[in-house]
Amino acid sequence: MTPEKIHDALNAAHPGAVLAFDPNPKLPSIKVAPSAWKAAAKTLRDACGLDYLVCLTSVDRGAELEAIYTLETMGETRAPIHVRVLVPRENPVIPTVEDVWRTADWHEREAWDLMGIVFEGHHNLVRILCAEDWEGHPLRKDYKSPDTYHGIKNNVT
Amino acid sequence: MNAPHTNTPAAAPSSDVRSEEMLLNMGPQHPSTHGVFRVVIRTDGEIVLDSESHVGYLHRCFEKHCESVSFLQSVLYTDRLDYLTSMGNNLAFSMAVERLYPDLKIPERAEHIRVICAELNRIASHLLAIGTYGMDIGAITPFLYCFRDREKILSIFESICGQRLNYNYVRPGGVAYDIDDSMIAAIKDFCGYFRPKAQEYDDLLSNNDIFVRRTANVGVLPKDLAISYGVTGPSLRGSGLKRDLRRDAPYSIYDRFKFDIPVGTGEKGTLGDCYDRYMVRVREMIESLKIVEQAVAQIPDGPFKSEQLKGKLRPPKGESFVRVENSRGELGFYVISDGKDVAARVKCRAPSFHNISLLSDISKGCMIADMVAIIGSLDIVMGEVDR
Repeated sequence: MTPEKIHDALNAAHPGAVLAFDPNPKLPSIKVAPSAWKAAAKTLRDACGLDYLVCLTSVDRGAELEAIYTLETMGETRAPIHVRVLVPRENPVIPTVEDVWRTADWHEREAWDLMGIVFEGHHNLVRILCAEDWEGHPLRKDYKSPDTYHGIKNNVT
Repeated sequence: MNAPHTNTPAAAPSSDVRSEEMLLNMGPQHPSTHGVFRVVIRTDGEIVLDSESHVGYLHRCFEKHCESVSFLQSVLYTDRLDYLTSMGNNLAFSMAVERLYPDLKIPERAEHIRVICAELNRIASHLLAIGTYGMDIGAITPFLYCFRDREKILSIFESICGQRLNYNYVRPGGVAYDIDDSMIAAIKDFCGYFRPKAQEYDDLLSNNDIFVRRTANVGVLPKDLAISYGVTGPSLRGSGLKRDLRRDAPYSIYDRFKFDIPVGTGEKGTLGDCYDRYMVRVREMIESLKIVEQAVAQIPDGPFKSEQLKGKLRPPKGESFVRVENSRGELGFYVISDGKDVAARVKCRAPSFHNISLLSDISKGCMIADMVAIIGSLDIVMGEVDR
Protein backbone atom coordinates (compact mmCIF):
# COMPACT_ATOMS: atom_id res chain seq x y z
CA MET A 1 0.00 0.00 0.00
CA THR A 2 1.15 3.53 -0.67
CA PRO A 3 1.59 5.92 2.28
CA GLU A 4 -1.52 7.81 1.14
CA LYS A 5 -3.64 4.67 1.16
CA ILE A 6 -2.30 3.67 4.59
CA HIS A 7 -3.16 7.12 5.89
CA ASP A 8 -6.68 6.93 4.46
CA ALA A 9 -7.29 3.44 5.84
CA LEU A 10 -6.09 4.49 9.27
CA ASN A 11 -8.18 7.63 9.21
CA ALA A 12 -11.29 5.71 8.20
CA ALA A 13 -10.85 3.02 10.86
CA HIS A 14 -9.89 5.34 13.71
CA PRO A 15 -11.25 8.87 13.25
CA GLY A 16 -9.19 11.37 15.18
CA ALA A 17 -6.23 9.02 15.66
CA VAL A 18 -4.09 10.53 12.91
CA LEU A 19 -2.69 13.89 13.99
CA ALA A 20 -0.47 14.65 10.99
CA PHE A 21 0.65 13.12 7.72
CA ASP A 22 3.83 13.79 5.77
CA PRO A 23 3.93 12.08 2.35
CA ASN A 24 7.62 12.96 1.78
CA PRO A 25 8.76 10.08 -0.48
CA LYS A 26 12.12 9.82 1.27
CA LEU A 27 10.59 9.52 4.73
CA PRO A 28 6.79 9.14 4.68
CA SER A 29 5.41 9.48 8.17
CA ILE A 30 2.13 9.47 10.07
CA LYS A 31 1.71 11.00 13.51
CA VAL A 32 -0.66 8.99 15.69
CA ALA A 33 -2.19 9.91 19.05
CA PRO A 34 -0.74 7.78 21.88
CA SER A 35 -4.19 6.81 23.19
CA ALA A 36 -5.18 5.39 19.78
CA TRP A 37 -1.85 3.76 18.98
CA LYS A 38 -2.66 0.23 20.13
CA ALA A 39 -5.81 -0.05 18.01
CA ALA A 40 -4.10 1.73 15.11
CA ALA A 41 -1.21 -0.74 15.24
CA LYS A 42 -3.58 -3.68 14.83
CA THR A 43 -5.22 -1.96 11.84
CA LEU A 44 -1.84 -1.26 10.30
CA ARG A 45 -0.83 -4.89 10.60
CA ASP A 46 -4.09 -6.60 9.63
CA ALA A 47 -5.78 -4.21 7.21
CA CYS A 48 -2.71 -2.49 5.72
CA GLY A 49 -0.49 -5.58 5.70
CA LEU A 50 2.41 -3.94 7.54
CA ASP A 51 3.57 -7.17 9.12
CA TYR A 52 7.19 -6.19 9.69
CA LEU A 53 8.35 -3.79 12.40
CA VAL A 54 11.69 -2.72 10.98
CA CYS A 55 12.82 -0.52 13.80
CA LEU A 56 11.72 1.45 16.84
CA THR A 57 13.61 4.71 17.20
CA SER A 58 13.24 6.79 20.34
CA VAL A 59 14.02 10.49 20.12
CA ASP A 60 14.32 13.20 22.75
CA ARG A 61 12.46 16.23 21.35
CA GLY A 62 12.81 18.42 24.43
CA ALA A 63 9.34 18.81 25.92
CA GLU A 64 8.26 15.57 24.31
CA LEU A 65 9.69 12.11 23.77
CA GLU A 66 9.03 10.45 20.46
CA ALA A 67 8.82 6.83 19.42
CA ILE A 68 9.18 6.25 15.68
CA TYR A 69 7.87 2.89 14.50
CA THR A 70 9.27 2.01 11.09
CA LEU A 71 6.88 -0.38 9.38
CA GLU A 72 6.95 -2.34 6.17
CA THR A 73 5.37 -5.28 4.41
CA MET A 74 7.87 -8.13 4.29
CA GLY A 75 6.77 -9.41 0.88
CA GLU A 76 6.55 -5.99 -0.78
CA THR A 77 9.16 -3.52 -1.89
CA ARG A 78 8.73 0.13 -1.15
CA ALA A 79 10.08 2.73 1.23
CA PRO A 80 8.97 1.88 4.76
CA ILE A 81 6.46 4.12 6.51
CA HIS A 82 7.26 5.77 9.83
CA VAL A 83 4.62 6.11 12.53
CA ARG A 84 5.41 8.81 15.08
CA VAL A 85 3.96 8.70 18.59
CA LEU A 86 4.80 11.70 20.78
CA VAL A 87 4.27 11.75 24.52
CA PRO A 88 4.99 14.45 27.15
CA ARG A 89 8.35 14.19 28.89
CA GLU A 90 6.82 14.24 32.39
CA ASN A 91 4.55 11.29 31.67
CA PRO A 92 5.97 9.32 28.72
CA VAL A 93 3.52 6.43 28.47
CA ILE A 94 2.76 4.59 25.22
CA PRO A 95 0.68 1.40 25.00
CA THR A 96 2.77 -1.64 24.16
CA VAL A 97 2.49 -3.36 20.77
CA GLU A 98 4.50 -6.45 21.68
CA ASP A 99 1.47 -8.61 20.92
CA VAL A 100 1.11 -7.05 17.46
CA TRP A 101 4.76 -7.47 16.38
CA ARG A 102 6.76 -9.91 18.49
CA THR A 103 9.98 -8.01 17.88
CA ALA A 104 8.49 -4.97 19.68
CA ASP A 105 9.21 -6.78 22.94
CA TRP A 106 12.97 -6.21 22.89
CA HIS A 107 12.70 -2.88 21.07
CA GLU A 108 10.39 -1.44 23.72
CA ARG A 109 12.71 -2.68 26.45
CA GLU A 110 15.56 -0.90 24.68
CA ALA A 111 13.57 2.33 24.34
CA TRP A 112 12.69 2.16 28.03
CA ASP A 113 16.28 1.43 28.99
CA LEU A 114 17.96 4.14 26.95
CA MET A 115 15.23 6.79 26.60
CA GLY A 116 12.88 6.15 29.50
CA ILE A 117 9.65 5.71 27.55
CA VAL A 118 7.19 3.56 29.50
CA PHE A 119 5.34 0.97 27.43
CA GLU A 120 2.13 0.28 29.26
CA GLY A 121 1.11 -3.36 29.34
CA HIS A 122 4.55 -4.76 28.43
CA HIS A 123 4.97 -8.09 30.21
CA ASN A 124 8.58 -7.58 31.22
CA LEU A 125 9.66 -3.95 30.93
CA VAL A 126 13.17 -4.20 32.39
CA ARG A 127 16.51 -2.89 31.20
CA ILE A 128 17.98 -4.86 28.33
CA LEU A 129 21.31 -3.25 27.39
CA CYS A 130 22.39 -1.33 30.52
CA ALA A 131 23.02 -3.07 33.83
CA GLU A 132 19.94 -3.76 35.94
CA ASP A 133 20.96 -1.25 38.62
CA TRP A 134 21.89 1.52 36.18
CA GLU A 135 20.34 4.87 36.94
CA GLY A 136 18.86 7.24 34.41
CA HIS A 137 18.26 6.88 30.68
CA PRO A 138 21.48 7.61 28.76
CA LEU A 139 20.01 8.83 25.48
CA ARG A 140 18.04 11.67 27.03
CA LYS A 141 19.66 14.99 26.27
CA ASP A 142 19.77 16.03 29.94
CA TYR A 143 21.45 12.80 31.04
CA LYS A 144 24.47 13.17 33.30
CA SER A 145 26.79 10.19 33.44
CA PRO A 146 27.50 9.04 37.01
CA ASP A 147 30.83 9.88 38.67
CA THR A 148 31.29 6.36 39.93
CA TYR A 149 29.70 3.01 39.26
CA HIS A 150 30.37 0.24 41.81
CA GLY A 151 33.61 1.94 42.77
CA ILE A 152 34.73 2.41 39.15
CA LYS A 153 35.63 6.06 38.61
CA ASN A 154 34.40 7.83 35.51
CA ASN A 155 37.29 9.92 34.24
CA VAL A 156 35.76 10.79 30.90
CA THR A 157 33.50 13.69 31.78
CA MET B 1 23.54 -39.48 -1.07
CA ASN B 2 21.88 -39.29 2.31
CA ALA B 3 18.93 -41.45 3.07
CA PRO B 4 16.11 -39.38 4.54
CA HIS B 5 16.16 -39.47 8.27
CA THR B 6 14.49 -37.68 11.13
CA ASN B 7 15.96 -36.17 14.21
CA THR B 8 13.26 -36.95 16.67
CA PRO B 9 13.95 -35.54 20.10
CA ALA B 10 14.21 -38.10 22.83
CA ALA B 11 10.83 -39.43 23.85
CA ALA B 12 9.34 -38.24 27.10
CA PRO B 13 10.99 -39.98 30.04
CA SER B 14 9.22 -43.16 30.97
CA SER B 15 7.38 -43.16 34.24
CA ASP B 16 10.04 -45.04 36.22
CA VAL B 17 12.73 -42.48 35.41
CA ARG B 18 12.55 -39.61 37.83
CA SER B 19 13.62 -36.33 36.33
CA GLU B 20 13.86 -32.88 37.80
CA GLU B 21 13.90 -29.54 36.16
CA MET B 22 17.16 -27.69 36.37
CA LEU B 23 18.21 -24.16 35.49
CA LEU B 24 21.36 -24.16 33.41
CA ASN B 25 23.32 -21.02 32.75
CA MET B 26 24.95 -20.99 29.33
CA GLY B 27 27.30 -18.09 28.83
CA PRO B 28 28.15 -15.23 28.89
CA GLN B 29 31.60 -16.83 28.54
CA HIS B 30 30.80 -19.78 26.34
CA PRO B 31 32.57 -20.59 23.07
CA SER B 32 29.41 -21.39 21.14
CA THR B 33 27.65 -18.10 21.88
CA HIS B 34 29.98 -16.20 19.53
CA GLY B 35 30.65 -13.45 22.01
CA VAL B 36 29.21 -12.62 25.39
CA PHE B 37 25.65 -13.84 25.28
CA ARG B 38 23.86 -15.58 28.13
CA VAL B 39 20.97 -17.99 27.91
CA VAL B 40 19.32 -19.37 31.02
CA ILE B 41 17.91 -22.75 30.08
CA ARG B 42 15.28 -24.63 32.05
CA THR B 43 16.05 -28.24 31.35
CA ASP B 44 14.45 -31.58 31.87
CA GLY B 45 17.38 -33.91 31.54
CA GLU B 46 18.85 -33.08 28.13
CA ILE B 47 15.71 -31.39 26.83
CA VAL B 48 15.29 -27.63 26.78
CA LEU B 49 11.91 -26.74 28.23
CA ASP B 50 12.33 -23.02 28.13
CA SER B 51 15.06 -20.44 27.82
CA GLU B 52 15.62 -16.79 28.48
CA SER B 53 18.18 -14.67 26.64
CA HIS B 54 20.25 -11.97 28.32
CA VAL B 55 22.14 -9.47 26.20
CA GLY B 56 23.95 -6.22 26.88
CA TYR B 57 27.38 -7.43 28.01
CA LEU B 58 29.07 -5.53 25.17
CA HIS B 59 26.91 -2.44 25.47
CA ARG B 60 28.90 0.77 25.00
CA CYS B 61 26.05 3.06 23.90
CA PHE B 62 27.22 3.51 20.32
CA GLU B 63 24.25 5.78 19.71
CA LYS B 64 25.37 8.14 22.49
CA HIS B 65 28.90 8.21 21.05
CA CYS B 66 27.48 9.41 17.75
CA GLU B 67 25.89 12.37 19.53
CA SER B 68 29.26 13.53 20.82
CA VAL B 69 31.66 13.00 17.90
CA SER B 70 31.49 14.29 14.34
CA PHE B 71 29.81 12.40 11.51
CA LEU B 72 33.14 11.32 10.08
CA GLN B 73 34.33 10.05 13.46
CA SER B 74 31.07 8.13 13.90
CA VAL B 75 31.97 6.00 10.87
CA LEU B 76 34.77 4.56 12.96
CA TYR B 77 32.32 3.46 15.64
CA THR B 78 30.14 1.70 13.08
CA ASP B 79 33.11 -0.58 12.36
CA ARG B 80 32.65 -2.05 15.82
CA LEU B 81 28.99 -2.97 15.40
CA ASP B 82 29.15 -6.08 13.25
CA TYR B 83 32.91 -6.30 13.25
CA LEU B 84 32.90 -9.08 10.66
CA THR B 85 31.18 -6.88 8.04
CA SER B 86 32.65 -3.48 8.72
CA MET B 87 32.45 -2.46 5.06
CA GLY B 88 28.68 -2.92 5.08
CA ASN B 89 28.34 -0.96 8.34
CA ASN B 90 30.40 1.92 6.94
CA LEU B 91 28.31 1.85 3.78
CA ALA B 92 24.95 1.96 5.59
CA PHE B 93 25.96 4.82 7.85
CA SER B 94 27.58 6.78 5.03
CA MET B 95 24.47 6.40 2.89
CA ALA B 96 22.26 7.59 5.75
CA VAL B 97 24.40 10.73 6.11
CA GLU B 98 24.51 11.26 2.34
CA ARG B 99 20.73 11.12 2.09
CA LEU B 100 20.51 14.21 4.32
CA TYR B 101 22.07 16.23 1.48
CA PRO B 102 19.52 17.08 -1.20
CA ASP B 103 21.58 16.77 -4.42
CA LEU B 104 24.59 14.72 -3.63
CA LYS B 105 26.12 12.65 -6.43
CA ILE B 106 28.47 9.85 -5.51
CA PRO B 107 31.13 9.25 -8.20
CA GLU B 108 30.70 6.09 -10.25
CA ARG B 109 34.12 4.76 -9.33
CA ALA B 110 33.35 5.13 -5.63
CA GLU B 111 30.06 3.25 -6.04
CA HIS B 112 31.85 0.37 -7.77
CA ILE B 113 34.54 0.23 -5.10
CA ARG B 114 31.86 0.22 -2.42
CA VAL B 115 30.02 -2.70 -4.00
CA ILE B 116 33.23 -4.68 -4.53
CA CYS B 117 34.30 -4.17 -0.92
CA ALA B 118 30.86 -4.89 0.53
CA GLU B 119 30.54 -8.14 -1.41
CA LEU B 120 34.08 -9.31 -0.66
CA ASN B 121 33.35 -8.57 2.97
CA ARG B 122 30.15 -10.61 2.76
CA ILE B 123 32.15 -13.58 1.47
CA ALA B 124 34.67 -13.16 4.30
CA SER B 125 31.87 -12.93 6.85
CA HIS B 126 30.04 -16.00 5.53
CA LEU B 127 33.31 -17.93 5.44
CA LEU B 128 33.76 -17.23 9.12
CA ALA B 129 30.11 -18.02 9.81
CA ILE B 130 30.16 -21.45 8.18
CA GLY B 131 33.64 -22.24 9.48
CA THR B 132 32.78 -21.52 13.09
CA TYR B 133 29.40 -23.19 12.65
CA GLY B 134 31.14 -26.40 11.69
CA MET B 135 33.39 -25.99 14.71
CA ASP B 136 30.40 -25.44 17.02
CA ILE B 137 29.11 -28.79 15.92
CA GLY B 138 32.45 -30.53 16.17
CA ALA B 139 34.07 -30.31 12.73
CA ILE B 140 37.40 -28.52 13.05
CA THR B 141 38.79 -29.02 9.54
CA PRO B 142 36.33 -26.87 7.53
CA PHE B 143 37.15 -23.98 9.83
CA LEU B 144 40.79 -24.10 8.75
CA TYR B 145 39.83 -24.20 5.07
CA CYS B 146 37.48 -21.24 5.51
CA PHE B 147 40.11 -19.19 7.29
CA ARG B 148 42.64 -19.98 4.57
CA ASP B 149 40.32 -18.33 2.02
CA ARG B 150 39.15 -15.54 4.30
CA GLU B 151 42.80 -14.63 4.79
CA LYS B 152 43.08 -13.82 1.08
CA ILE B 153 40.21 -11.33 1.32
CA LEU B 154 41.66 -9.74 4.43
CA SER B 155 44.98 -9.33 2.61
CA ILE B 156 43.18 -7.54 -0.23
CA PHE B 157 41.49 -5.24 2.28
CA GLU B 158 44.81 -4.64 3.98
CA SER B 159 46.30 -3.45 0.72
CA ILE B 160 43.26 -1.27 0.01
CA CYS B 161 42.90 0.50 3.35
CA GLY B 162 45.60 -0.75 5.70
CA GLN B 163 43.22 -2.58 8.01
CA ARG B 164 42.25 -6.20 8.28
CA LEU B 165 39.09 -5.97 10.36
CA ASN B 166 37.83 -2.47 11.23
CA TYR B 167 38.26 -0.73 7.92
CA ASN B 168 36.79 2.77 8.33
CA TYR B 169 37.04 2.81 4.54
CA VAL B 170 33.64 3.74 3.12
CA ARG B 171 32.94 7.30 4.18
CA PRO B 172 30.21 9.84 3.44
CA GLY B 173 30.86 11.05 -0.11
CA GLY B 174 32.83 8.08 -1.39
CA VAL B 175 35.66 5.97 -0.08
CA ALA B 176 38.81 6.92 1.82
CA TYR B 177 41.45 5.84 -0.73
CA ASP B 178 41.46 4.89 -4.37
CA ILE B 179 42.32 1.37 -5.47
CA ASP B 180 45.03 0.81 -8.06
CA ASP B 181 45.59 -1.76 -10.80
CA SER B 182 47.53 -4.14 -8.60
CA MET B 183 44.59 -4.33 -6.19
CA ILE B 184 42.14 -4.93 -9.02
CA ALA B 185 44.44 -7.70 -10.28
CA ALA B 186 44.47 -9.21 -6.78
CA ILE B 187 40.66 -9.15 -6.65
CA LYS B 188 40.46 -10.80 -10.09
CA ASP B 189 42.94 -13.44 -8.94
CA PHE B 190 40.83 -14.11 -5.90
CA CYS B 191 37.67 -14.52 -7.99
CA GLY B 192 39.40 -17.14 -10.14
CA TYR B 193 40.75 -18.86 -7.06
CA PHE B 194 37.57 -18.88 -5.02
CA ARG B 195 35.00 -20.15 -7.51
CA PRO B 196 36.07 -23.82 -7.42
CA LYS B 197 36.39 -23.73 -3.63
CA ALA B 198 32.64 -23.87 -3.05
CA GLN B 199 32.78 -27.53 -4.05
CA GLU B 200 35.39 -28.06 -1.35
CA TYR B 201 33.07 -26.73 1.35
CA ASP B 202 30.27 -28.92 0.09
CA ASP B 203 32.52 -31.97 0.20
CA LEU B 204 33.83 -31.15 3.66
CA LEU B 205 30.71 -29.97 5.42
CA SER B 206 27.48 -29.61 3.45
CA ASN B 207 27.35 -33.26 2.43
CA ASN B 208 28.91 -34.59 5.60
CA ASP B 209 26.42 -37.00 7.09
CA ILE B 210 27.22 -36.11 10.70
CA PHE B 211 26.80 -32.42 9.97
CA VAL B 212 23.50 -33.02 8.16
CA ARG B 213 22.17 -35.08 11.04
CA ARG B 214 23.09 -32.36 13.52
CA THR B 215 21.42 -29.56 11.55
CA ALA B 216 18.53 -30.95 9.47
CA ASN B 217 15.13 -30.69 11.20
CA VAL B 218 16.73 -28.75 14.06
CA GLY B 219 15.62 -25.25 15.04
CA VAL B 220 12.87 -24.95 12.47
CA LEU B 221 11.92 -21.30 11.96
CA PRO B 222 8.50 -20.92 10.31
CA LYS B 223 8.09 -18.03 7.91
CA ASP B 224 5.36 -16.19 9.82
CA LEU B 225 7.32 -16.30 13.08
CA ALA B 226 10.38 -14.97 11.28
CA ILE B 227 8.36 -12.05 9.89
CA SER B 228 6.83 -11.22 13.26
CA TYR B 229 10.30 -11.10 14.79
CA GLY B 230 11.65 -9.01 11.93
CA VAL B 231 14.27 -11.63 11.05
CA THR B 232 16.19 -10.73 7.89
CA GLY B 233 19.15 -11.89 5.86
CA PRO B 234 20.17 -15.52 5.38
CA SER B 235 18.16 -16.55 8.45
CA LEU B 236 14.95 -15.29 6.81
CA ARG B 237 15.83 -16.63 3.36
CA GLY B 238 16.51 -20.00 4.97
CA SER B 239 12.80 -20.06 5.80
CA GLY B 240 11.99 -19.80 2.12
CA LEU B 241 11.14 -16.12 1.71
CA LYS B 242 12.95 -14.55 -1.22
CA ARG B 243 13.70 -11.13 0.20
CA ASP B 244 16.95 -9.31 -0.38
CA LEU B 245 17.25 -5.51 -0.33
CA ARG B 246 19.94 -5.65 -3.00
CA ARG B 247 17.27 -6.80 -5.43
CA ASP B 248 14.02 -5.60 -3.81
CA ALA B 249 15.05 -2.04 -2.95
CA PRO B 250 18.33 -1.61 -4.79
CA TYR B 251 20.68 0.92 -3.25
CA SER B 252 24.06 2.09 -4.55
CA ILE B 253 24.39 0.44 -7.99
CA TYR B 254 23.12 -3.04 -7.20
CA ASP B 255 20.42 -2.81 -9.86
CA ARG B 256 23.10 -3.18 -12.55
CA PHE B 257 24.30 -6.61 -11.55
CA LYS B 258 22.89 -10.05 -12.26
CA PHE B 259 22.78 -12.43 -9.33
CA ASP B 260 20.43 -14.97 -7.79
CA ILE B 261 18.97 -15.02 -4.32
CA PRO B 262 19.35 -18.47 -2.76
CA VAL B 263 16.54 -19.52 -0.45
CA GLY B 264 16.03 -22.51 1.78
CA THR B 265 14.15 -25.43 0.29
CA GLY B 266 14.14 -27.94 3.10
CA GLU B 267 16.38 -30.16 0.99
CA LYS B 268 17.66 -32.31 3.88
CA GLY B 269 14.83 -31.91 6.33
CA THR B 270 12.23 -29.27 7.08
CA LEU B 271 11.99 -25.85 5.47
CA GLY B 272 13.62 -23.27 7.72
CA ASP B 273 15.86 -25.60 9.70
CA CYS B 274 19.48 -24.96 10.63
CA TYR B 275 20.71 -26.71 7.50
CA ASP B 276 18.72 -24.38 5.25
CA ARG B 277 20.12 -21.29 6.94
CA TYR B 278 23.62 -22.70 6.61
CA MET B 279 23.16 -23.63 2.96
CA VAL B 280 21.87 -20.17 2.04
CA ARG B 281 25.16 -18.72 3.27
CA VAL B 282 27.24 -21.20 1.30
CA ARG B 283 25.34 -20.38 -1.89
CA GLU B 284 25.33 -16.63 -1.27
CA MET B 285 29.11 -16.56 -1.39
CA ILE B 286 29.05 -17.57 -5.04
CA GLU B 287 26.37 -14.97 -5.80
CA SER B 288 28.52 -12.31 -4.14
CA LEU B 289 31.42 -13.49 -6.23
CA LYS B 290 29.33 -12.94 -9.37
CA ILE B 291 28.67 -9.34 -8.30
CA VAL B 292 32.36 -8.74 -7.59
CA GLU B 293 33.34 -10.10 -11.00
CA GLN B 294 30.82 -7.89 -12.79
CA ALA B 295 31.76 -4.80 -10.80
CA VAL B 296 35.49 -5.31 -11.37
CA ALA B 297 34.90 -5.77 -15.10
CA GLN B 298 33.08 -2.47 -15.48
CA ILE B 299 34.80 -0.24 -12.91
CA PRO B 300 35.27 3.21 -14.50
CA ASP B 301 38.05 5.73 -13.98
CA GLY B 302 37.39 8.97 -12.19
CA PRO B 303 37.27 10.45 -8.71
CA PHE B 304 36.79 8.15 -5.74
CA LYS B 305 35.06 10.67 -3.51
CA SER B 306 32.60 13.45 -4.03
CA GLU B 307 33.91 16.98 -4.41
CA GLN B 308 30.70 18.26 -2.86
CA LEU B 309 31.58 17.01 0.62
CA LYS B 310 34.70 18.76 1.80
CA GLY B 311 35.98 19.68 5.22
CA LYS B 312 33.81 19.15 8.26
CA LEU B 313 30.47 17.52 7.47
CA ARG B 314 27.47 19.62 8.42
CA PRO B 315 24.46 17.90 6.85
CA PRO B 316 21.38 20.09 6.46
CA LYS B 317 18.66 19.84 9.06
CA GLY B 318 16.57 16.74 8.49
CA GLU B 319 16.06 13.05 9.09
CA SER B 320 16.92 10.01 7.05
CA PHE B 321 16.48 6.28 7.28
CA VAL B 322 18.60 4.00 5.12
CA ARG B 323 18.96 0.24 5.09
CA VAL B 324 21.42 -2.03 3.36
CA GLU B 325 21.51 -5.80 3.02
CA ASN B 326 24.38 -6.71 5.28
CA SER B 327 25.69 -10.23 5.64
CA ARG B 328 23.46 -10.87 8.68
CA GLY B 329 20.38 -9.05 7.43
CA GLU B 330 19.08 -5.55 7.04
CA LEU B 331 21.26 -2.99 8.72
CA GLY B 332 19.57 0.38 9.02
CA PHE B 333 20.45 3.79 10.38
CA TYR B 334 17.99 6.48 11.40
CA VAL B 335 19.98 9.72 11.46
CA ILE B 336 18.65 13.05 12.68
CA SER B 337 20.69 16.17 11.96
CA ASP B 338 19.96 19.64 13.24
CA GLY B 339 22.51 21.29 10.94
CA LYS B 340 25.49 20.90 13.26
CA ASP B 341 28.64 18.84 12.75
CA VAL B 342 27.38 16.36 15.34
CA ALA B 343 24.31 14.19 14.87
CA ALA B 344 21.28 14.94 17.04
CA ARG B 345 20.35 11.26 17.14
CA VAL B 346 21.58 8.09 15.48
CA LYS B 347 19.63 4.87 15.79
CA CYS B 348 21.05 1.61 14.55
CA ARG B 349 18.67 -1.11 13.40
CA ALA B 350 20.87 -4.13 13.91
CA PRO B 351 19.90 -7.40 12.20
CA SER B 352 21.41 -9.65 14.88
CA PHE B 353 19.28 -7.93 17.55
CA HIS B 354 16.15 -9.19 15.78
CA ASN B 355 17.60 -12.54 14.80
CA ILE B 356 18.62 -13.61 18.29
CA SER B 357 15.46 -12.39 20.02
CA LEU B 358 13.49 -15.40 18.79
CA LEU B 359 15.89 -17.95 20.23
CA SER B 360 13.61 -19.00 23.07
CA ASP B 361 10.74 -19.59 20.62
CA ILE B 362 12.54 -21.93 18.25
CA SER B 363 14.57 -23.81 20.85
CA LYS B 364 11.67 -25.14 22.92
CA GLY B 365 11.79 -28.90 23.13
CA CYS B 366 15.20 -29.32 21.53
CA MET B 367 18.27 -30.94 23.09
CA ILE B 368 20.88 -28.79 24.82
CA ALA B 369 23.42 -29.70 22.15
CA ASP B 370 20.96 -28.50 19.52
CA MET B 371 20.82 -25.15 21.25
CA VAL B 372 24.43 -24.68 20.15
CA ALA B 373 23.48 -25.64 16.60
CA ILE B 374 20.60 -23.13 16.61
CA ILE B 375 22.62 -20.20 17.95
CA GLY B 376 25.34 -20.91 15.40
CA SER B 377 22.87 -21.12 12.53
CA LEU B 378 21.42 -17.70 13.40
CA ASP B 379 24.97 -16.34 13.03
CA ILE B 380 24.89 -13.45 15.48
CA VAL B 381 27.57 -10.91 16.26
CA MET B 382 27.21 -9.53 19.76
CA GLY B 383 28.94 -6.28 18.88
CA GLU B 384 25.84 -5.43 16.91
CA VAL B 385 23.25 -6.86 19.31
CA ASP B 386 24.56 -4.86 22.26
CA ARG B 387 25.79 -1.82 20.35
